[in-house]
Formats: sequence, structure tokens, C-alpha cells
Amino acid sequence: MPLPGAKRWLLVGIALAVIATYLAPQFNRYYLGIVIDVGIAIILATSLNLINGHTGQFSLGHAGFMAVGGYFSAWISLEIGSSAHAQWYFPLSLLAGGLLAAVVGLMVGIPSLRLKGDYLAIVTLGFGEIIRVVAQNTEAVGAASGLKGIPQYTNLGWTFGLAAVTIYVITALVNSTYGRGFIAVHDDEIAAESNGVNTTVTKVTAFVTGAFFAGIAGGLYAHHKRFLSPTGFDWLKSIDIVVMVILGGMGNTVGVILAAILLTLMPEFLRDFAEYRMIIYALLIILLMLLRPNGLFSFKKFKRRGTA
Amino acid sequence: MDFIQQAINGLGLGAIYALIALGYTMVYGVLRFINFAHSDVLMLGAFAAFYLAPRMQQVFGQQSVFGVIMLFIAVALICALIGMTIERFAYRPLRHRPKLAVLITAIGVSLFIEFTCQNPHVFGAATRPFPKLVAETQFHLGNAIIGSTDILVIVVTAVLLGAMWFIVQKTRIGTAMRAVSFNQQAALLMGVPVNKIISFTFGLGSSLAAIAGILYSMKAPGIEPLMGVQPGLRAFVAAVLGGIGNLPGAVLGAVLLGLLETFAGGVPGLSNYRDAIAFGILILILLLKPAGLLGRATIEKV
Repeated sequence: MPLPGAKRWLLVGIALAVIATYLAPQFNRYYLGIVIDVGIAIILATSLNLINGHTGQFSLGHAGFMAVGGYFSAWISLEIGSSAHAQWYFPLSLLAGGLLAAVVGLMVGIPSLRLKGDYLAIVTLGFGEIIRVVAQNTEAVGAASGLKGIPQYTNLGWTFGLAAVTIYVITALVNSTYGRGFIAVHDDEIAAESNGVNTTVTKVTAFVTGAFFAGIAGGLYAHHKRFLSPTGFDWLKSIDIVVMVILGGMGNTVGVILAAILLTLMPEFLRDFAEYRMIIYALLIILLMLLRPNGLFSFKKFKRRGTA
Repeated sequence: MDFIQQAINGLGLGAIYALIALGYTMVYGVLRFINFAHSDVLMLGAFAAFYLAPRMQQVFGQQSVFGVIMLFIAVALICALIGMTIERFAYRPLRHRPKLAVLITAIGVSLFIEFTCQNPHVFGAATRPFPKLVAETQFHLGNAIIGSTDILVIVVTAVLLGAMWFIVQKTRIGTAMRAVSFNQQAALLMGVPVNKIISFTFGLGSSLAAIAGILYSMKAPGIEPLMGVQPGLRAFVAAVLGGIGNLPGAVLGAVLLGLLETFAGGVPGLSNYRDAIAFGILILILLLKPAGLLGRATIEKV
């Protein structure tokens, strides 16, 4: 599947976001909420795809980054309070959440220099759990009872605008000369190193960038749901995002976006079978791995554009 | 709190973790992947015991030692079968696929078991009281109190660890297990029935998890479909701590973690962070010794 140009993604995304914001008041609030969920899922899945798919560093702690960004930006919004100009600080609080998540991403990226495969997966899982436990015990962010009354600033425009930016930045990064290093590290680390790719910088960059966008997604999520609880960021949430990446096909941007849409909508379609929903979800993971291990949307052997 | 008391509690907990960690580490030894469904086999073991215990008591009489031994054996057999079934249908078809695919499948299997059991038509999500299997007494040792359950846990674990050591080091099937773990292809060429050995490893690990499940329920007598998650996670940390794939390492890691958890629980303010501490230490150890305490680092050859 040839990727459309990265800039086109950005323009299409932002145009859609503007149109959608304009039309939003006519939609049912329930459907609107689901569409925003889809946008947030796209940001999460695309950002994890940079770490897991393109760079091949298996991370199981993406919900942790999301939690850091979500809690921090929500905390800022609550501190600012509800003055007349409060919502103009929203993008700043999102950015702050993203930056703090990026700092945490740096901390998680450093172990990735020494650990590989399963061990790295365990450490990232551990990091995610540590973040959750810390949130659960920190009074400033509501401890176990969670953070309530977050102002509702997230709308279609912000969500899809930022989703478009995320896709643009990550696609442009991976397709740049510098970004070829991600794919080189994914394919063979030792070969990449001996060809002059600085694998250390590449791996840490992947973690920091991925974490930054996960943090932004967390901020959007916080200002969308208006409530944050530590249990919402447990490792099941991380698994959800990982499954999106796997389902879409690791490193296949279009596939990952489609998978994010599909997996966010699926629970809504299965609402009538609520008791069986998660059983079906689990079975889907197993069957998918057995039958289509390269992802649902890889119809031919995935070929990257412009590979020499 | 008394130091000796804490040490005893920690040992009891560590012994249970050791039984679970052995399963993780054995499967990792032969197949090089983390069996996330292991902790759910533990839960299934506890539920099997929950349903079988009244029958056993009808046959062998209330709180008879023989009845309890029969219960342990029956539950171990049931869970060995479950473990072998999981391996046959979920993991074997993926034997030659990337490790990541197997890891995700294992997570899928784990979620499948958990959510199936939470379904109201299966076990339901509510916590149920675990029946008392043996009469409990307490022994006083100075200021420390030792419950008979703790002694039972430690004795059963010690016996099983001895048996495991014997199976792995002294029997033909144990030799085959070590051969498969060392080099699967070469073992196959030497006439080792690799599929049977892997199946046996899963059976053995799952039966240990089942017994750990009963012991865990005897110590904390409330069982529910997600009860395996916490001890499973700790045991898994213990296995990695000791060097995954290394049997003595798993036991060492488990005992260390059990002691640590109990001592951390005794410090005010620290007890809420127990999960974070377990993972924090894990990360620290992996950064200093990437192959775990007793693991040997491998150098990748080009």
C-alpha cells in the first residue's frame, strides 16, 4: 500500500478537523464522543507504532506515558481554574503534558540501550505499572479516587488536528534520511551500527517522540472524559494500544490508523453483548496472531517507499 | 513488628512465588517466551480445588490429610491438562514465528481465560470464600507466631522443589528438557521428541502453578477470576530477577521478593508502593545485570 505524501496527510487531517468542528454541534453528543475517542486512539497507535513498529523496540507501557501527559495537563487546567481566558491555556497544558511524558520517555529509553526483546517489554511494563502506582498514591492528583471536574476543552478540531500533526511528524520523521535509522535499527541493530547509524540516539529518539505524542493524547483524553483514575491506565490499556499496532501491521501507518478506528468502534458495536465483549476481543487477538501475524491490513508483502 | 515474624511471613510468600516462578522459567527455558497465561492456570487451580474440595471431604472425611493430598494431585493433573491444551492449540502453531507474535498470543490467552471466567455463566466476578482444607493451629516461637498454613506452604514447596530438581537433573525426561532448552534443533536431530518434551514442560509448570494456587488460597482465602494476576506478576518479576530460564535463580528471586514485600509492607507509608518497589528493583537489577542475578549474559555474534 503506497503511503500518500506526509504533507497531504497533514492538510487532509487539518481540513477535516476544521470542517468537523464547524459541523459538530449538529451531531449527537454520544457519537461525537466516540469519534473523539477514535481520534485519540489514532494518536496513541501512531505514536506507539514509531517505537514498536518502525524501530522494533517492544514497549508494553504506552498507557504510562498517556497517564503522565493526561494527569499533568489536567492538573495544570485545574490549577488555572475557570477564568475567562482559561481555555486559551489548553494547548499549553497539552504541550506541557506531552513534554513531561517525553522526559519520562527518556527515562524508559535509556534501559532500551541495554535490554532487548522480552526483557525490554518487561521493563516498559514495569515502568507503566510504577507510574500507575505513583498516581494511585499521590494526593495532588486525587490518589485512588482520581481527578475530577477537569474542564471539557477537547473537541473534534483539537483531536483531529493533533492526530494529523502526529501522523505528519512521525511519517516525515521515518521517511527522512535521519529517520531511516529507525528502520535500520528495526531490521538489524548490529548492521545498522556498523553502517554508521547511532543506534543509541535513534532508540532514545523513538521513545521520546512516541512518549511525547502519547502524553498529548493523554491530555486530550483527560479534557474529553473530564475524569482520570489510575485504573484507567493499567496495562490492559497498554495492551489495547499494542493490539492496534499489531492488528494494523507493525510499521504500516495506514494499517495502524485503520486498526485504531476499528478497535475503538468495535466495543460500541458489541454493546449488546457486553458480557462477551472482552472474550471476543481476546479471541480476536489469538486468532489474529495465528492467522494473520503480519496484521489485518497487509495484503502483500509490505514494501517501504523509497527503500534503496 | 518483630523481625523473625516478618521473615517467616516473607518466606511463606516467597515459597508460593517460587512455585509459580518455576513455571515461568521452565517454559522460558524451552520456548524462550513468557507464558502470560501461567497466572491464570494458578487461578483455575484454585477454582478446581474450590469445586473438588467438598467432594473429597465427602469421600475421605472432613479435614483428612490423605484427602488433601488427593485433592492436590487431582488439581495438579487437571491444570497440567489445561496447560498442555493451551500449548497445543495456542503456542505450538506459532513455534517458528517471531517471539513477539507468541508474546501477544500469550497475552490474548490470558485475557481470554480471565474474561471467560468472569462471565456470570462461568465463575462470575464475585469473590468466594475458599474452604478450610486442614485444621489450623499456631505455634509460638518467642514473640513470633507461626501458623500451620505457613509451615505447610514451606514444606510442600520444599518437597516440590526437591522433586523438580530430581526430575530435571536425574531423569531421562529431565535430560531431554535440558537438551531442548540448550538447542532445540540439535535435540530434534538426536532423536528427542521435542513436541512431547515441550508439552511435558507445560504440564509440569502448570501443575506447580495449580498447587501454588491452592496454597495461595489457603493463606488468603478469597478466590476470584483475577486472583492470579498479582501473585503471577510478582512471580514473573522473581523469575526475571533470578535470571529467567534458570531454575535456582527463580527460587532465589522468589524468596528475595517475598521477604522484600513483607518487610516493605511493615514500613508505614511504603506498603502502598509494594508493586512499584518490586518493579523498581527489577529495573535496577536488569540495568546492572541485564541477564538477572544468576543468569549468564550472552554475546551476540555477527
